[in-house]
Amino acid sequence: MSVVTNTTTIGAIDAPSRRNTELALVVFAVAISVFAYANVGLALNGELPSGMLGYGAGLALLGGVGHLVVRRFAKYADPLLLPLATLLNGLGLALIWRLDQSERFQALDTFVPAASKQLLFSAIGVGMLVAVLVVLKDHRILQRYTYISMVVALFLLILPMFFPAVNGAKIWIRIPGVGTLQPGEFAKIIITVFFSGYLMVKRDALALASRRFMGLYLPRGRDLGPILAIWAMSILILVFETDLGTSLLFFGMFVVMLYVATERTSWIIFGLLMSAVGAVSVATFEPHVQQRVTAWLDPFAGWNKVAASEQMAKSLMAFGSGGTLGTGLGQGNSDLIGFAANSDFILATVGEELGLAGMMAVLLVYGLIVERGVRTALAARDPFGKLLAIGLSGSFAIQVFVVAGGVMGLIPLTGMTMPFLAAGGSSVLANWALIAILIRISDTARRPAPAPSPSTDAEMTQVVRP
Amino acid sequence: MNKPLRRIAIFCGILVLALLIRDNWLQYVRADELTSHKYNRRVEIERYAHERGDIIVDGKAITGSVETEDSDFRYKRVWKNGPLWAPVTGYSSQAFDSSQLENLEDGILTGNDDQLFFDRTLSMFTGEKKRGGNIVTTLNGDAQKAAFKGLGEKKGAVVALDPKSGAILALASTPSYDPSVFAGNSLKDSDNRQKLLKDEDKPMLNRALRETYPPGSTFKVVTAAAALENGLYDDIDAKTDSPLPWTLPQSTTPLKNEGNIPCENATLREALRVSCNTVFGKMSDDLGNKKMIEQTDRFGFNKEVFTPVRADASIYPEDNRPQNAMAGIGQASNRTTPLQMAMVASAIANDGKLMQPYMVAERQAPNLDPVYTHEPEELSRALSGENAQKIQQMMETVVKDGTGTNARIPGVTVGGKTGTAQHGLNNSEKPYAWFISYAKTDDGSPVAVAVVVEDGNANRDDISGGGLAAPIARDVMKAVIDSKK
Repeated sequence: MSVVTNTTTIGAIDAPSRRNTELALVVFAVAISVFAYANVGLALNGELPSGMLGYGAGLALLGGVGHLVVRRFAKYADPLLLPLATLLNGLGLALIWRLDQSERFQALDTFVPAASKQLLFSAIGVGMLVAVLVVLKDHRILQRYTYISMVVALFLLILPMFFPAVNGAKIWIRIPGVGTLQPGEFAKIIITVFFSGYLMVKRDALALASRRFMGLYLPRGRDLGPILAIWAMSILILVFETDLGTSLLFFGMFVVMLYVATERTSWIIFGLLMSAVGAVSVATFEPHVQQRVTAWLDPFAGWNKVAASEQMAKSLMAFGSGGTLGTGLGQGNSDLIGFAANSDFILATVGEELGLAGMMAVLLVYGLIVERGVRTALAARDPFGKLLAIGLSGSFAIQVFVVAGGVMGLIPLTGMTMPFLAAGGSSVLANWALIAILIRISDTARRPAPAPSPSTDAEMTQVVRP
Repeated sequence: MNKPLRRIAIFCGILVLALLIRDNWLQYVRADELTSHKYNRRVEIERYAHERGDIIVDGKAITGSVETEDSDFRYKRVWKNGPLWAPVTGYSSQAFDSSQLENLEDGILTGNDDQLFFDRTLSMFTGEKKRGGNIVTTLNGDAQKAAFKGLGEKKGAVVALDPKSGAILALASTPSYDPSVFAGNSLKDSDNRQKLLKDEDKPMLNRALRETYPPGSTFKVVTAAAALENGLYDDIDAKTDSPLPWTLPQSTTPLKNEGNIPCENATLREALRVSCNTVFGKMSDDLGNKKMIEQTDRFGFNKEVFTPVRADASIYPEDNRPQNAMAGIGQASNRTTPLQMAMVASAIANDGKLMQPYMVAERQAPNLDPVYTHEPEELSRALSGENAQKIQQMMETVVKDGTGTNARIPGVTVGGKTGTAQHGLNNSEKPYAWFISYAKTDDGSPVAVAVVVEDGNANRDDISGGGLAAPIARDVMKAVIDSKK
């Protein structure tokens, strides 16, 4: 431990593992969440909430287990990913519990408290992290399952078609005794594995064996064809299930990965053109989308007329009412948004009760996760790892942008959940798995290179013959 | 592959930056606009989150606030004896807005008014619970009760003023309503309000301020004032130039008196005592439309009065000669509010000086410190002191041994004038019984009253005004005088 030059995630020979930093940050993240929980209780009932101890212990346990597993199985992993995810998950639990306390929701017939379920799913999510880290010793193993992942992803995407629509979107499957699941959340990760595996093999062919067409380099059909077909199929499935947010996510992820794999800017232009065509054509035949666009253009114009506009306007008013410093946890009225306040619109509660300051902090935490992901991709030594890491972090970034931009009125609302913050079992599980894979890749990337083994041929090769 | 990765990193950075900028735009730049947006229910929630200040009569609150359980609006307005005070306070409903004092003084009552800025800032530091300020009214509880008791089941209105200051002492309108029944925002509140709105007797109409009636013979006091002010007659005990029968100008219709009363060339005092139509009709015709309008203007006619609650304008319009002559006895196109006739009586009692009527004496901060105190102000000089005293003598005769004997109060000098206003097509509907009066004690006049009862008895002109309305006026005046003792 003589020279510590830790300005890069690429480990020097004796790079520190940074596990103690991670532990300190996890403790910090748990503390913030527990304070948030206490804050809600004090604001609403004037006393510390009775479940605080259980909540704190539960969250500490989750963070602790995660940390120990990382320490044992991914010693050199990026020290920020786990604490950041723990912080968001803990904060999300406090926010969901806060919305559970809303008298307006409790008066509804359909009210079901979501916090305890979310805590259970967070535990399963951390279990997922443990499982991934224990079972997946090296992320390159995933390459073997390129085509299996393709089949699994398509299966997961098609599955909800056989179940009834919930709130207009056919993205749910109902398993008796377990509840509802959103297979699309998992499909997101699995299809990334497929894209990475396929693109890693075909990247040279895609980049080099191309024909020039109207100033763009287009690859040969046999190279691009299969991936284009799979991708188009998933988008179509999602459009038919009216899960527009996820199809946008798939599209963005696909373009990003293709661009990284081929290093050709023309893919960006090509992708943008295609997405424009796709967006316009979907918007013309989907009244659902038209409503969302109208609501986005002038949310207040549709007050008392269109439910989408009203929800959008209520979300904006929640943000505005929060102001710079917010009303304080438990003291806002973000539950006025009503339906989906604790899932799609949970950021409105952050905006109102934690204010601009809290929102910026939360957005920066998301930004940091993405940044650590991209950094992992940069540091990864194998193209598969690079593609997988950028695919996962890119999709994470796009999801955050689409959801946050949607509820803040920056782009039309498409309906996806905010990773970790929003109530939703599948989302929490899938995102913990995503973090676990990133941790695994970063561990491999930062792991010190093994000392070069003494070669018997060394002397021979050093002989320079005149 | 690192070059495109770096570009993707920049792209992700731009995404996050865009979110941050949008967030600042929403929560910093547009925060005020969104916070106070008309669709933002938080404004209403905040409004009802703390107790509303009270409206105070005789040092006691006539309103209150109760905590509710059934909605996110925490406090609801209640009224102690709602029907009695509704014509003064108006209503304040979570669902249906507010009216009258509750509406006009809303800033003070909610505590949001700029006048309370200092107080608010102070309580922010002391950590005191937010509360609204109070409105202290000029009303006299006994007089108000007397007015309501007198009106009873009948439709009508009573306004009592303090002639010296213009303070409103009683403001009654019947039938009344209880604003408490629709102060909340439940379905039941909505039903109750609908019921009130559909009621044929219009209980929510403030008859004292917002209904104009033909003034009937009470208007003869105004005509007499115009005659004296314009020098048509000087001596109230000198004979007037009043033939009997007298035919309306430009027509062949004779103007009739009620019954066989001595009206031929009667003196002003006598004409008012028995209420001669011929004498005052001719007087109005002699003066002409323009001079009559001028005189009514000086009594406050032809424009709205703000007490601060708005009262409809009483009107004396431009008209042709026969109509102008009829208007002189209050039976044509001129119409007045009960408040206006109370102002006429009070201007005469106050030696010609008409004071601005008001009902808010003081606005208080939540800690009871006054932030505003009303100073009485003169609205206009209705007539000279000398002429006012002449009319006082005439009106006192009316009560002493004329049509207004029902208004007598032992030991107190009372002046008054009765009236029964015909209305409807060919006077087919039941006439309105009127009485205007003032009382005088050793230290001036403490009270002037106007009473109108809509379902008056149609038998005889002046007797019904005297019979129906005068006792109410007497009780109100007595209540005011007794409460001063």
